[in-house]
Amino acid sequence: MSELHQIGKSREQLDQEAAALLKVIEEKKAAGQVLSPKERLAIPPQEMPAQDPIARGKTVSEVALGYSEAQARLEAERCLNCKNEPCVKGCPVQVPIPRFISYIQKGDFKAAVDTIKETNLLPAVCGRVCPQEKQCQLECTVGKSLKDVGKAVAIGRLERFVADWERENGKVTPPTVKPRTGKRVAVIGSGPAGITVAADVAREGHEVVLFEAFHKPGGVMVYGIPEFRLPKSIVQAEIDTLKKMGVKIETNFLVGRTRTLKQLLEEDHFDAAFVGVGAGLPKFLGCPGENLVGVFSANEYLTRANLMKAYDAKKAATPIYKSRIVAVVGGGNVAMDAARMALRLGAEQVHVIYRRTREEMPARAEEVEHAMEEGIVFNFLRNPTRILGNEQGRVVGMELQQFELGAPDASGRRSPVPIAGSEYVFDCDTVIVALGNESNPLLVKTTEGLVVDKKGRIVVGADQKTSLDAVYAGGDIVLGAATVILAMGEGRRAAAAINELLAKK
Amino acid sequence: MNRIVKKTQLSAEVFEMEVEAPLIAQNRRAGQFIIVQIDSEWGERIPLTIADADPQAGTITMVFQTVGASTHRLAAKQVGDYVENILGPLGNPTHIEQFGTVVCVGGGIGVAPLHPIAQAMKAAGNRVIIIIGARTKDLVIFEDRMRKIADELIIVTDDGSYGRKALVTEPLKEYCSQDPKPDLAVAIGPPIMMKFCAETTRPFQVPTVVSLNTIMIDGTGMCGGCRVSVGGQIKFVCVDGPEFDGHQVDFDNMMTRLRAYKDKEEEDHHVCHLELQIESMEA
Repeated sequence: MSELHQIGKSREQLDQEAAALLKVIEEKKAAGQVLSPKERLAIPPQEMPAQDPIARGKTVSEVALGYSEAQARLEAERCLNCKNEPCVKGCPVQVPIPRFISYIQKGDFKAAVDTIKETNLLPAVCGRVCPQEKQCQLECTVGKSLKDVGKAVAIGRLERFVADWERENGKVTPPTVKPRTGKRVAVIGSGPAGITVAADVAREGHEVVLFEAFHKPGGVMVYGIPEFRLPKSIVQAEIDTLKKMGVKIETNFLVGRTRTLKQLLEEDHFDAAFVGVGAGLPKFLGCPGENLVGVFSANEYLTRANLMKAYDAKKAATPIYKSRIVAVVGGGNVAMDAARMALRLGAEQVHVIYRRTREEMPARAEEVEHAMEEGIVFNFLRNPTRILGNEQGRVVGMELQQFELGAPDASGRRSPVPIAGSEYVFDCDTVIVALGNESNPLLVKTTEGLVVDKKGRIVVGADQKTSLDAVYAGGDIVLGAATVILAMGEGRRAAAAINELLAKK
Repeated sequence: MNRIVKKTQLSAEVFEMEVEAPLIAQNRRAGQFIIVQIDSEWGERIPLTIADADPQAGTITMVFQTVGASTHRLAAKQVGDYVENILGPLGNPTHIEQFGTVVCVGGGIGVAPLHPIAQAMKAAGNRVIIIIGARTKDLVIFEDRMRKIADELIIVTDDGSYGRKALVTEPLKEYCSQDPKPDLAVAIGPPIMMKFCAETTRPFQVPTVVSLNTIMIDGTGMCGGCRVSVGGQIKFVCVDGPEFDGHQVDFDNMMTRLRAYKDKEEEDHHVCHLELQIESMEA
């Protein structure tokens, strides 16, 4: 198990231990000595302080508390500043990682965060929700030398630290913007892909309007990822930076209905458009009983809880279903978020139902561990065959079938095989379906000539250009449901192509 | 932000409001709806139909009944106040063509969403018969406006205080029994009314369009809170509808799902009524 299982040390303890070690290093440096790679590898990886697992199950406040200054500076000293920068190659938006970490080593946190913002306008978000163990930290030389990706330099936590430091100390400055070019770009969807495009295009001096259907910008960062993983005030603060760059945000605007994409390009004088509308259409189980009262898509459950703040029943007008025993079907991050949210909303028992085993779960290891610490029960090798209701049409249970693992499938994961006759009844009053999302067909349906594949994903070239002139797309509407950072990577490529196109116009 | 330019109380619990929403006024078509939210922080998102629109003035008209906390708060707003968020137009527009004779049936507040559809049906050259139903005389809305459109207008009330003492299904059945029978029926109102309208037209095989009013959150297809079973398939009212073939809709399941949050709604309704009473006592 990784460091995460050694929970128990308080924030103060961790800070004091780090400060003591840091003092030794600082004295060495002051004496003109240089730390050898061996000495850097000997520095212990800094553990992230977290709220107590039992207490946090009752509130929506953030679980992970963030590094102290001493912890951040000590963790930064573990970076070897590799010439070939393998970590940068692992980052979908190519944050200059060794450069920003070297500023932390010098104690210049503002220079560090400004360095990140050269390519990533959402460091406080990415530092929290990126699967770093599969990206930048997977490539880290320190992790490789110590033969444990869990011991790689904690790039994400450092990114989070400097972004939080900047915001909490009132030192946020928007990136510089070139003189106005008079060209206009419509960005449709204000999730991670759209925000990245808006920032990169605005930097070049183009006028950007960001269109959002919801009443708040941020996409999955505001409706999907819960407060306890990503506080909404932080998302808001990062989006405010966009506004300071001159980006206009139009909420309550559904492209395809309020105006069509064609109207934006032909009548409203936009020179280019980026489509980053995500994959928001939830999949359901396709089994009997799924229209019973008490069956929800994870999207609905999380939107009610996060965006509509139903967790605060006194203040929020939006209701949320009162549950005693909740069953969440699925094994991804969304399933973990829904399960952990249900617990915070007062459910007595929360169960995760997953067809495979823990090894095959697509959710981040850290989230699974957090969920287990909080008391969520995992039922592996199970899948519902039908949902059972009472005479009022409300859920009272599910019939679950047992599975075993068969041969690996095309994706390399061992496929689940149902065991005949193994069905049994599982009592629950709420079922949350977290089986993933498909692309929302609305924009495609109302845009003639936009080519999509069989699954409704927009087809793009290497530069993210769609079948339509001056229209680019990226993020989940192209990839299918993926991650925040992959969406941002696509956004960066699209923005570069849009900037190139507009330079020629 | 959408400024309220006109407010009229149509009956004890029904209000009509004209609000500035220029883009929706320009692009909306019959059958479409909006999502309204009074405040971004704590307000809920509620679906309301667009009863009318004036593209020149840039305004839309919404008609709503005070049934819960949000509609009560909306009703308390005055001309010059703002509605923080309005999203639309949403849903598929009504399929309008020259069918021949169209019977439009509206129950209670459902007469408001029926209005633009009846208007468009008339403009497309149909003979339009309108049946308006209400519990009692005071709850009959839009009579004058509907009279302007209708080739024939029938009003029924449950208690016989105005028009015929009947349910809407009675005159509907009479029209279906005529030769030639109507080419299309459109029914909008409480789910139970739409269900019985569909049952009335079924034996006559008169195609029947209903406009469903399920629970909604986003209204853009991303949550499935509004899902209904139509012909055995899951459909999302907000993007696949709101109009469906009334003969295919599982109304019983829809009504069950509408009751999901009944406890909270009843509590809110009770509290809101008390607050209104206190306000009127203070005034």
